[in-house]
Amino acid sequence: MTTHVFTVSPDFTPDHLSGWFIFNTWLQKTLDAHFHLQLYDDFHSQRAATLADKIDLIYANPFDAPMLVREKGFKPLARFASVTDEAIIAVNAESPYLKVEDLKPGVKLATTEDPDVHMMGMIMLEPADLDTSTVEIIECDSYVLVAKQLIKQTADAGIFLVEAFEDLSSVIRRQLRILVRSQIQVVHHSLMIGPHIMEYREKLLDALLTMQDSEKGRGVLEALGCPKWEYVDDEEMEFMIDLMDTLML
Amino acid sequence: MQDMKMEDIHGEFREYVLTYYDGSSRKVLVTDVESPYPEGRLIVSRTDPEGIITHVNQSFIDMSGYSREELIGAPHYILRHPDMPPVAFKDLWDTLARGEKWQGIVKNLRRDGGFYWVKATVISNIRNGKVVGYTSVRRKPSRQRVAECERLYPTLF
Ligand SMILES: Cc1cc2nc3c(=O)[nH]c(=O)nc-3n(C[C@H](O)[C@H](O)[C@H](O)COP(=O)(O)O)c2cc1C
Repeated sequence: MTTHVFTVSPDFTPDHLSGWFIFNTWLQKTLDAHFHLQLYDDFHSQRAATLADKIDLIYANPFDAPMLVREKGFKPLARFASVTDEAIIAVNAESPYLKVEDLKPGVKLATTEDPDVHMMGMIMLEPADLDTSTVEIIECDSYVLVAKQLIKQTADAGIFLVEAFEDLSSVIRRQLRILVRSQIQVVHHSLMIGPHIMEYREKLLDALLTMQDSEKGRGVLEALGCPKWEYVDDEEMEFMIDLMDTLML
Repeated sequence: MQDMKMEDIHGEFREYVLTYYDGSSRKVLVTDVESPYPEGRLIVSRTDPEGIITHVNQSFIDMSGYSREELIGAPHYILRHPDMPPVAFKDLWDTLARGEKWQGIVKNLRRDGGFYWVKATVISNIRNGKVVGYTSVRRKPSRQRVAECERLYPTLF
């Protein structure tokens, strides 16, 4: 039997790492096929693998959706129901910054490699006339490290994924102040299937959308931190890609 | 499209008659009341290839002051403000016709006669190689860019 490759956007929360392995086992049983869960350390190496046609199934960051759909022929399957990607701009609670417009060119900005969150964060800095040419970027490996940069005052502002901000301990959060929080509501991660295994699309979709109906399925969902899967049709994905396209300018 | 009505207007207003690309015209009533851009939000709409609105998000409804029912099926010039120079929109349509994205600072007219500034990006929706419509996504502009446009736009008529 051929082995297909499944991969997950490198920005998954560490708590759900085992959940993706459990999901991979469920996937193989459901489709009676071999899937290998291949994790990448960063977006760069994951994109290189996708471009080299090494990926068959991906839980993708919305930032990569344009390339997956329009260049590599992937199709959407499903998303976590009612989970969207939103960003927060935060500063040290004692800093003089009370609104985004108080941040001036030259500020130090702590951020992560997460491409969609970083992009949404940069858009929320535009009203202050800030862009990559006028801020000093400090790239961090995790949102906890972004928070530490703010607390140590080695960065003036930080970009967070909303969930990651809310997961910070209350001790850390009390030392931070939110300047702005996005409410975009249509940008989300999606499970997407590649052209070489398109024959599984219907069967996999049916199984995903009924996962919450069995005890086993509910266990997998819980391990992923997913309330349930929700269908994403081609036009919804095209709409999100068009939107991402406008934001990339 | 119907003229704007006095009873919908909040505050002192001036009257203009706008003539649109399709030859129709409309009386618009304009005040000096600015609505601030809603923090953290995107204002999104889509049109068909002729510029007739097919989709709006809640922020679009909130900011324009029109109901979803009034917006869907209406030409997008429903938001045209008399302070916007026609060359800006000519540039928008010419740019889209070349297959490129358009970006600009736009002053929009609300149903109540007030206005709001946005930074808009418009792109073509291409499906199976054909343009099936356009999407516009607006974000909060910088005050400096808005101030530049307040000086520049009156000189472009
Ligand atoms: C997707 C899309 C969004 C648009 N959004 C606006 C808008 O927010 N405000 C506006 O005045 N014109 C907007 N326009 C341009 C209008 O269609 C129209 O060209 C403009 O209001 C000028 O009117 P006129 O073409 O009749 O002279 C948009 C066009 C497209 C294709």
